[in-house]
Amino acid sequence: MPTYVRTDKCDGCKGQDKTACMYICPHDLMKLDKDGSFTGHAMKAFNQEPDQCWECYSCVKICPQQAIECRHYADVVPLGASVQPLRGSDSIMWTIKFRNGNMKRFKFPIRTTPEGSIQPYANKPEASLDEITDHSTLFTKGTHAGDMSQFAAS
Amino acid sequence: MADYGFGNPEVIEEEVDILIIGGGMAACGAAFEIMRWVEKAKEQGTDIKVKLVDKAAMDRSGAVAQGLSAINTYMGENDPADYVRYVRGDLMGIVREDLVYDIGRHVDDSVHNFEEWGLPVWKQPGDEGKKLTEGGKPVRSGRWQIMINGESYKWIVAEAAKKALGIDNIQERVFIVKLLNDKNDPGRVAGAAGFSVREDKVYVYKFKACLLVCGGVVNIFRPRSVGEGMGRAWYPVWNAGSTYAMAAEAGAELTLMENRFVPARFKDGYGPVGAWFLLFKAKAMNANGDDYQEQNYEDLKPYGYDAYAVGFKMGTCLRNHLMMKEMKEGRGPIFMDTPTAMAKLAETMTPKEIKHLEAEAWEDFLDMTIGQCGVWAGENIEPDKEMSELMPTEPYLLGSHAGCAGMWCSGPEDLPGVPDHYHWGYNRMTTVKGLFTAGDGCGASGHKFSSGSHVEGRIAAKSMVKFVMDNKDWTPELDRPVEDIVEEIYKPVRVYLEHKDYTTAIDVNPNYITPRMFQFRLQKIMDEYVGGVSTMYQTNAAMLKVAERKLEMLREDSFKMRAKDLHELLRAWENFHRLIAAFAHMKHIQFREESRYPGYYYRADYMNIDDDNWKCFVNSTYDRHTGEWKLKKVPYVQLIKPAEDEPEGIGRPGCAV
Repeated sequence: MPTYVRTDKCDGCKGQDKTACMYICPHDLMKLDKDGSFTGHAMKAFNQEPDQCWECYSCVKICPQQAIECRHYADVVPLGASVQPLRGSDSIMWTIKFRNGNMKRFKFPIRTTPEGSIQPYANKPEASLDEITDHSTLFTKGTHAGDMSQFAAS
Repeated sequence: MADYGFGNPEVIEEEVDILIIGGGMAACGAAFEIMRWVEKAKEQGTDIKVKLVDKAAMDRSGAVAQGLSAINTYMGENDPADYVRYVRGDLMGIVREDLVYDIGRHVDDSVHNFEEWGLPVWKQPGDEGKKLTEGGKPVRSGRWQIMINGESYKWIVAEAAKKALGIDNIQERVFIVKLLNDKNDPGRVAGAAGFSVREDKVYVYKFKACLLVCGGVVNIFRPRSVGEGMGRAWYPVWNAGSTYAMAAEAGAELTLMENRFVPARFKDGYGPVGAWFLLFKAKAMNANGDDYQEQNYEDLKPYGYDAYAVGFKMGTCLRNHLMMKEMKEGRGPIFMDTPTAMAKLAETMTPKEIKHLEAEAWEDFLDMTIGQCGVWAGENIEPDKEMSELMPTEPYLLGSHAGCAGMWCSGPEDLPGVPDHYHWGYNRMTTVKGLFTAGDGCGASGHKFSSGSHVEGRIAAKSMVKFVMDNKDWTPELDRPVEDIVEEIYKPVRVYLEHKDYTTAIDVNPNYITPRMFQFRLQKIMDEYVGGVSTMYQTNAAMLKVAERKLEMLREDSFKMRAKDLHELLRAWENFHRLIAAFAHMKHIQFREESRYPGYYYRADYMNIDDDNWKCFVNSTYDRHTGEWKLKKVPYVQLIKPAEDEPEGIGRPGCAV
């Protein structure tokens, strides 16, 4: 199910050198057609290798214009359905449209803290070099207790 | 100023102490752990520079890019020794129990951090809002699995990793394609090289140690969907075997590369079945509505597979075996009876609870396999009304999910009874000095999943800091000149530029092969001769001999791959990595003369599980100069006592080698 970019919505991320979809695609599929030589649509992005698309929706979710959607892969799926998200900062809304017109909507939480708020080492212990060869602990000292009598050599 | 351009890349050389290659869960774990130890090393006078290089963007790279609906490894109330029993049971008795135990004792700490950073973890009624560390009881979908709202799982874990490491120490969109050995010690790694997929730049790094964590291998076998759906692989399509290939080329010993994973999933969308089986208690049946597992149980006996089953508790491969018998004998399709399961659950529920249940069922896909929703919506399938087909997929190689391919790594020596051949000083170091791995890279220790890969990256990170402190006066020297390395990496570009005007059609040219056709050729060989879907996962010595001849010719032709732009150069190198990983898989299957993993693949000429001769690891090394593989048996040692409810085969000792 490759993603596709709608000509009426994509603004090429306002002429920046790199679009949001190019930034995020894990498989380097999204490309900005600067002069329109690939697609006939200058300054709009496109999926340059649809049969390599994992349908991870990373581009769909990140697009600031909601210009990216999915057409489920043509060699497998009948036409007419769509699965479209709207991702906010703490939740995601999904709209599923079936081929027969039925609709389902779901909303799920995605995060309990504000984006960008993580402080990885706040309130964490410091490492101690005395323990650098001690395999039973990491710096956070959160090792799970274990019943050592389960070892044959114990 | 030099005139850089396509075919004439700028060369960027940089020396660091530790290079993290990859940006997935293991890499993020390493980033989180490592800076705390680097801080302390600095106080003691050792300045350690760390850099992370990712071919994609960390926010959405690796296997968790899309999100996940569950964390599959969380001990909680369980003992890590029982986790070892679960892993060795699923992987047919042969795992590195030291490595698995090590994951088990540390993994919960990573999960606790994920929750603190903002990952929503489902709690049982009454415990909502209570964190795991505060005694909040998670919703278990199985003994080891907990449910999450995981759409932003990777985004959250990457944020912590990026903050820990510092944005200046991260290089995205650079694809590392080669490790470089040390000039004075070929058994040591001294550098790595790759290229930008955005600019005409080649990057050459020198370092004392590196963590190679680039995932498993997808699409070395012809997939079931060969058109537009080719990218809808079960594991992420960008996992190109880079971990195994680069390690093999650097001389690292690989282990259990014969192991593979063939997940039975919802057909075509490859949506997960775990929650359906475990959480919603759905049953699978054949076309006649029969429980084929019960009917086919006797079929485990002729080849000794029953020694690895206790009742219906058996390894995933054996469950596949029972399903495949049904399909081979013409009683498919296999269906998951979702309506009955939903109806049964609904019997005791209020309408509001039923609505919630339906949302949970859809979220299971929307969090991690959105494509499955697309298949269902396109085919008008609502799971509470209609059953869905199950299908075993094309084979995948990996070391973190339900498979155990990977590198042979040094383990922790503090556990009781670990034999000498399991450790050589630095935890998670491979047999190449300075080369560490984790996640899909670390072999013989599957079922880490996302959380276990994260914590294994942490384990390796700590150990790399120690390695660098012990080697602080050592200076890496590359085994060949930088110009040669640049030529090797840009070879596909050179091939293209030299020959492109010979023909009028850009893709048809006797002087080169496109990466796309190269991949198809690899997939055809692997599928037809090495136990892909077209032979229902069967192979034998004669077929493997044909495969070897064809793969060798493909290896020769790999030097004629073309790249017409940087995107195709990325594909060229990914497919070269796929070839080397596939070669390892084929050689290992050829060497192991038994069918250790029925339901994943069959050596039709050795259908038995043969514990007397093969209850051991198979390890290999590769010589990149000659193309020669060397294989050997390595003893398996059981560390955790067999439990009464474990199958008989598990209790059998490792064979003499």
